[in-house]
Amino acid sequence: MAEPMHSVKTYLTVLVALIVLTIATVAVSFVPLEGHWHLAAGVGIAVLKASLVAVFFMHLFAGPRVVVLTAIVACFWLGILGVLSFSDYLTRGEWPSVPGH
Amino acid sequence: MSPDHALLTNDERALFEYSMLKRHRLEEQFENLEQQTHAASTGMWVFLGTEVMFFGTLFTGLAIYRFLYGTAFEHASVELNWIIGGINTIVLLVSSGTIVLALHFARADRSRVAAWLLIVTALLGLLFLGLKGYEYYDDYDQQLIPGWTFDEHDWIDRGLTAEQVPHVQLFLVFYWVMTAFHALHVTIGIAAVAIVAALAWRGHFSSTYYAPVDVLALYWHFVDVVWIFLLPMLYLEGTHALAAG
Repeated sequence: MAEPMHSVKTYLTVLVALIVLTIATVAVSFVPLEGHWHLAAGVGIAVLKASLVAVFFMHLFAGPRVVVLTAIVACFWLGILGVLSFSDYLTRGEWPSVPGH
Repeated sequence: MSPDHALLTNDERALFEYSMLKRHRLEEQFENLEQQTHAASTGMWVFLGTEVMFFGTLFTGLAIYRFLYGTAFEHASVELNWIIGGINTIVLLVSSGTIVLALHFARADRSRVAAWLLIVTALLGLLFLGLKGYEYYDDYDQQLIPGWTFDEHDWIDRGLTAEQVPHVQLFLVFYWVMTAFHALHVTIGIAAVAIVAALAWRGHFSSTYYAPVDVLALYWHFVDVVWIFLLPMLYLEGTHALAAG
């Protein structure tokens, strides 16, 4: 018999935590906040939920090390996409006029 | 080496038995089943890495336009059916729970339990698609389909300017493209889960050979993770309490 990676109890606990966090995500959208705070809270909770899924359900650290590397590379590449895109779009038209021109 | 090689132990001979797929359980390029299982899950993780890029571009595009056209996006977001979106999140999370338990029991040599859990997973996937389909119909009813049923004056009546209405349409295009691609992934997942459930029912998997359940579960969890991000980024951008008032 293969070594179990986590117990059934652990899986169920994580599942309950994920459902509670989902309810929290929806609840936050009813709090009268500025729009971007909704997004920040929602995405923040989503990152936490995705981490729980990756670590406990996808057994990120239980398999071969190259799996962890693959996950890091995927996130890193996504980070490049995000950082370069936002450093372009968020800074457009914001430079002050250059003296002498 | 043939399956009846005299030097093989019983365990090794079992590995050579033809499965229902009429293929050797241990492919010849691998040293042992552990190596084969690791190669399979690594392959799936690499594929999921490409999927991160695929959905990542859509999420990045959505985020950029969210920052450029915040007001219109918030107005459009609160019109989406967050109740079905939220329930569907829970449906997918529970299905992730059932498929990880299916893997757990397949690895514990309890194939029938695994098969039942896979059947439940597929049914939850179908429930997700059913709710999504109803939501699409509701969107049609609410005139949220740019280029088909969409009334610009509606949105101006809701307090947006004429310049902001195309931004609403842009948000809705993101909504349709992202949820449709996600639904396509769920559909493919349901078909794969059904096949693996049938194999599990016939006792195809064991504590030594479970890689197909493993990689399928990884794919299913990834599709779940995409939805985890779609919920706040599509449905919950604005304040519902303010929209109602």
